[in-house]
Amino acid sequence: MDFELTKSQKLFQQMIREFAEKEVKPIAAEVDEEEKFPTENIKKLGKLGVLGIPTPKNYGGAGGDHVMYTIAVEELSRVCATTGVIVSAHTSLCEDAILDNGTEEQKQKYIPKLASGEWIGAFGLTEPNAGTDASAQQTMAVADGDDYILNGTKIFITNAGEADVYVIATMTDKSKGNKGITTFIVEATTPGFSIGKKEHKMGIRGSATCELIFENCRVPKANMLGPLGGGFAVAMKTLDGGRIGIAAQALGIAQGAMDETVKYCKERKQFGKSLSQFQNTQFQLADLQTRIEAARYLVRAAAWKKDHGMPFSADAAMAKLFAAETAMDMTTKAVQFHGGYGYTREYPVERMMRDAKITEIYEGTSEVQRMVIAAKLFKK
Amino acid sequence: MNIVVCVKQVPDTTVVKIDPVKHTLIRDGVPSIMNPDDKGGLELALQLKEKCGANVTVITMGPPQADLVLREAFAMGADRAILLTSRAFAGADTLATSNALAGALKAIPYDLIITGRQAIDGDTAQVGPEMAEHLALPQVSYVVDCEYKGGNNFRVKKETEDGYEILDVEGPAVFTVLASGYKARYMSVGGIVDAFDRQVEIWTEANLDIDPGKLGLKGSPTKVMKAFTKATKAAGQVYEVDAEQAVDVIITKMKEKFII
Repeated sequence: MDFELTKSQKLFQQMIREFAEKEVKPIAAEVDEEEKFPTENIKKLGKLGVLGIPTPKNYGGAGGDHVMYTIAVEELSRVCATTGVIVSAHTSLCEDAILDNGTEEQKQKYIPKLASGEWIGAFGLTEPNAGTDASAQQTMAVADGDDYILNGTKIFITNAGEADVYVIATMTDKSKGNKGITTFIVEATTPGFSIGKKEHKMGIRGSATCELIFENCRVPKANMLGPLGGGFAVAMKTLDGGRIGIAAQALGIAQGAMDETVKYCKERKQFGKSLSQFQNTQFQLADLQTRIEAARYLVRAAAWKKDHGMPFSADAAMAKLFAAETAMDMTTKAVQFHGGYGYTREYPVERMMRDAKITEIYEGTSEVQRMVIAAKLFKK
Repeated sequence: MNIVVCVKQVPDTTVVKIDPVKHTLIRDGVPSIMNPDDKGGLELALQLKEKCGANVTVITMGPPQADLVLREAFAMGADRAILLTSRAFAGADTLATSNALAGALKAIPYDLIITGRQAIDGDTAQVGPEMAEHLALPQVSYVVDCEYKGGNNFRVKKETEDGYEILDVEGPAVFTVLASGYKARYMSVGGIVDAFDRQVEIWTEANLDIDPGKLGLKGSPTKVMKAFTKATKAAGQVYEVDAEQAVDVIITKMKEKFII
């Protein structure tokens, strides 16, 4: 048993923290305010290998692990949750999905470009009528010679419009329910594929969230990801991994809000002493830091299990549930400690509070996480 | 081309605490980093590597934990790393340090030696120039830009107090670099993953071509009588105004503080 990060994980933390402080933090408010996708920083992260951290070197990745990946998402989200989710959706939902389920040809074709950041990845499961009930897929894929023809609409897709490759869940046989779902790899340039409405969101405003439209979109059979009818399993397994990333994002938001609050409470004086000298401040922040540290252990344990080939579905659900709720509570308290200033855009805690909310919703709401955890409890 | 970069591991803070008895830095609990000017020097070396395929060796003298800055250098793109570490080097001042480094450099092939202008813990800016003297090499200090001119020739921009000088230099030579001239690259993730599997060569006084009397405390004529932490002042305020407005600002401020 060892709770310490390895030497390379620590060195990586040093590097990504420096990158976050110097490159990401200075533009975080602008990215939020102007709903601006941070293209330049994503390119830089790609060049450094951050868009393919757990990807093996033989596919052009960095050859690291998922613990390092959670460190990346945490440190980026600590200063900019938008940048955190872009890296998370790209890595977990697209790159890992192809690595874990793809054929050798698919991996050779897509992974090196995704790992280097030359291509950005996304994942499409949610539909207007298939949210938490993901099995109610209405996007149809019908076999036609060597191709499948896709028709339907996906909504709330992270990285949409910016991405070059999409992993898309479709219904290939409605009569089979879950077993009739199949996933495909769809390139952005495929005729019949287009980007619909862009959402204007409460938080993570720099990340692109759009509708995907498929109109007689012809995708070769060779792009089927996983077996015919095996798409639900592919999607659920992919989301298990994705939840580790979102848990890390929530953890980063929480820690970022704590950092800002500690700094502010030391500086801000009321009734002749700094806020940090009041026991109310100390006790509340002590409780919150305890929860943040607990979230960090849950996140890293889930990532470590994934790295070691152990089942991690419930661990990822616990990490995401706990980290997301910690982020929401921490950021709300952070605004409260900042008082009137916290409610303005002069301080980053206002943005952090808006950013935190989504972590309780996407890649499975907190209610879904409880379902996953309970299912494991009562399985025996 | 062979480039050797001398780097130093330094405490990552400007608020360094000093041991009141030993007059040395208290390093416990202070994270260590690669000295910023040295990192700028390594960046110059790596840019030359990209341009003319140089082989970059990084060398440091320090305790065993100084190994970490060499791993960082690997992750940035260095090819070879040497750690000079031994009790015999302990207590070295700039002269003993430059003697040790020069001793090591005699055993390493080089066409160019690069180091930082100065370290943020000592601020002496002596080690680089002393090293050049020991090795009887030409030196250019305060380098902010360096253009490769083919062969072993360089056009170097050297910062001075009131401007800069452009010098054409033929190697082998010693350059001391300013971090402001070279924004160091980040370590790559793949480089970090590999960094701890690569070999850092451990050298002691036995590897050096030097009189042991010139090393460590024995070889250090500098005696520190007293060291203290400078009291911190409140951050000043900068006004970018012309002379006339400046007078107004100063008079207003003095009145505010009841000085006049």
